[in-house]
Amino acid sequence: MDITGRKLFVKALMEEGVDTIFGYPGGTVTDLFDELYKQGTIDVVLPRHEQGLIHAAEGYAKSTGKVGVCLVTSGPGATNIITGLADAHYDNIPLVCFTGQVPLGLIGNDAFQEVDIVGMTRSITKYGVTVRKREDLGKIIKMAFYIATTGRPGPVLIDLPKDIQTALGPAEYPKNVQIRGYKPNESVHIGQLKKGYKLLKAAKRPLILAGGGINAAGAREEFRAFVEKVQVPVVTTIMGKGALPTDHPLYIGNTGMHGKFASNKAVSECDVLFSIGTRFNDRITGDLNEFAPKAKIVHIDVDTASISRNVVVDVPIVSDAKLALTHLVEWAEPKNTTAWQERIKTWDSANPLEMRRDRGITPQMIMEGINKTFEEAIYVTDVGQNQMWATQYLDLNENHRMITSGGLGTMGFGFPAAIGAKIGNRDKNVVCVTGDGGFQMNMQEMATAVIQEAPVVVCLLNNQYLGMVRQMQQLFYGKRYEATCLRRRRSCPDNCKGPSGACPPYEPDFVKWAESYGAHGIRVEKAEDIEAALLQAKAYKDAPTVIEFMISSEEIVLPMVKGGNPMSEMILK
Amino acid sequence: MKNRWIALYVENDVGVLAKVAGLFSGKSYNMQSLTVGTTEDETVSRMTICVTSDDVTFEQIKKQLNCMVEVIKVIDLTDVPIHMKEILFVKVMKLDIQQKAEVFQIAKTFDEHGHVRIVDVGPDSVLLECMLTESKNNDLIKLLRKNFKRIEVVRGGAVAIESISTGNR
Repeated sequence: MDITGRKLFVKALMEEGVDTIFGYPGGTVTDLFDELYKQGTIDVVLPRHEQGLIHAAEGYAKSTGKVGVCLVTSGPGATNIITGLADAHYDNIPLVCFTGQVPLGLIGNDAFQEVDIVGMTRSITKYGVTVRKREDLGKIIKMAFYIATTGRPGPVLIDLPKDIQTALGPAEYPKNVQIRGYKPNESVHIGQLKKGYKLLKAAKRPLILAGGGINAAGAREEFRAFVEKVQVPVVTTIMGKGALPTDHPLYIGNTGMHGKFASNKAVSECDVLFSIGTRFNDRITGDLNEFAPKAKIVHIDVDTASISRNVVVDVPIVSDAKLALTHLVEWAEPKNTTAWQERIKTWDSANPLEMRRDRGITPQMIMEGINKTFEEAIYVTDVGQNQMWATQYLDLNENHRMITSGGLGTMGFGFPAAIGAKIGNRDKNVVCVTGDGGFQMNMQEMATAVIQEAPVVVCLLNNQYLGMVRQMQQLFYGKRYEATCLRRRRSCPDNCKGPSGACPPYEPDFVKWAESYGAHGIRVEKAEDIEAALLQAKAYKDAPTVIEFMISSEEIVLPMVKGGNPMSEMILK
Repeated sequence: MKNRWIALYVENDVGVLAKVAGLFSGKSYNMQSLTVGTTEDETVSRMTICVTSDDVTFEQIKKQLNCMVEVIKVIDLTDVPIHMKEILFVKVMKLDIQQKAEVFQIAKTFDEHGHVRIVDVGPDSVLLECMLTESKNNDLIKLLRKNFKRIEVVRGGAVAIESISTGNR
């Protein structure tokens, strides 16, 4: 017997095992919401803005390993998820996003709330399609979940015209799907992998570069086993941090623009760079001509197109990280790298990541406090200085994971993504590290956190500036702080060179603001109050807490490499 | 930098051409021409794309095309024996009698196996229909542009198929 499209939509979600969707209603999706109401077992999370919605879905997907499912209306509902699609595309997060669309007959007529969302998002989705025939609906949804989760994961968009939702058609939801143009790589070329391993084996100064691919493939165990067997030191990208516990003796630190001195030095000095699951983004390589100049490079990645794009590699290996590591663990023999490790340690002790305690509350002390307070946690960062401090100083291991917007660098990502992570992991602590700039981009989602009874701990580092840009203005633009001071008013002098006693007050008052939502607000102005505030926030289980840490406006992220410069030219002080 | 050709089997669906073209613009790849039509299987279209690029970029273009769900197969035609033709119309205008004869002569010189034909003639103009390779068409256009005041050019873009026996281009 034929059923309506809306019935098949819900049936498909059930068969895909979806228990939570992130949805915001509107004219062209009311039928679908009505069907969800009738069905009753799928939780519908209603955020306060579609951008917050899709970031929440990303946080949910990243923290649970499930697909994040979004449902928004046509027109503005659809365009509001674009930033999140781009973010998920960049960071390989599996999402299936349904957008409502005007009825088929009205497409192209400038109908109310009509946009060509498939056209707009073609370059930032893994696959996108408008359903034009009711009989294709089941197949398309099946394809969407398959494509989103396999190979290099990513967001898929399904545009659903209103009349397709009510049209009758086949009741079957396919069990599997064949796509002739899509064959995700499920094997590894053993000969090539052996060649790569042989290089590593013969190396005198070997280094492993671990990217986000290891975390995405769920290959941390295999990775650790491999590293411990071969005894080769490890550096990570920001997305790869946590691939090896950060207190592991073979772990050096992050590499790249704000990486550790010793990590970047090791990359510059190594003779074999064995890299897994990274795209050699410009934030990692700096000046490409000076990147790993002495090294032969082995590159394992699931995405063919990521190999030999930015950095020409000596041994390319197309493979899922987990699969490759399973073989590597088998072959691995211990190497004597003691002398090389000692050299790296010397660099590290000469220029360690500084633990500053000299100016009230420092970001380092806040991160240290977080490390001490949460015996297990999912950390979610925003973007900017807060993100760099979090990725530099937070300890990660089996019980402490991190979610961050790495590729797109989306300010406003952190808070909603943390809410999504909490919804997917209600038994775990979820700690959001954010800044006063990025937090304000999606702080309307406090309502979502409160109604979802999701007691996220927000560590808001308030330096009263858009700090990362302010840092560049300070270092490279003669302290001309254009458009980065968040206290600046019309009445301020034109050529301000930084804070003075005459500055206007900061708005909003985050503590009062949090309390107005029925959430908790704590302001920390003294270093000795950091831990107590964190413990208090951890204890609040009824509602979210915002801890506003008043840090100095002058804080900068160090070390750093100026964009486009060689990684060996680090600014340390 | 040199010209290279790719044949692409794609799903014959709405938006696929836009997606392929969008890849080239979005990633700053240099496309010379693109032709597309359905194949013996109506659900599949075949594109012939000519690009100008260096080796590294060309590898990247092929990989990126392969990543697309809608792309069924990517064939690099650069160094394989193929038959390739491009349809070209050239209207040569404002001619006196002597120049007209010259156009006829040029057409004859370029002709091989009836691939350059005079298909229409007016009091002071001649219309040529050519089915040569892209590069021979380039040569012909260059010559006509040099010798005559006004020409109008309409090109179809190259189509290519792998050879059965010969290495003909």
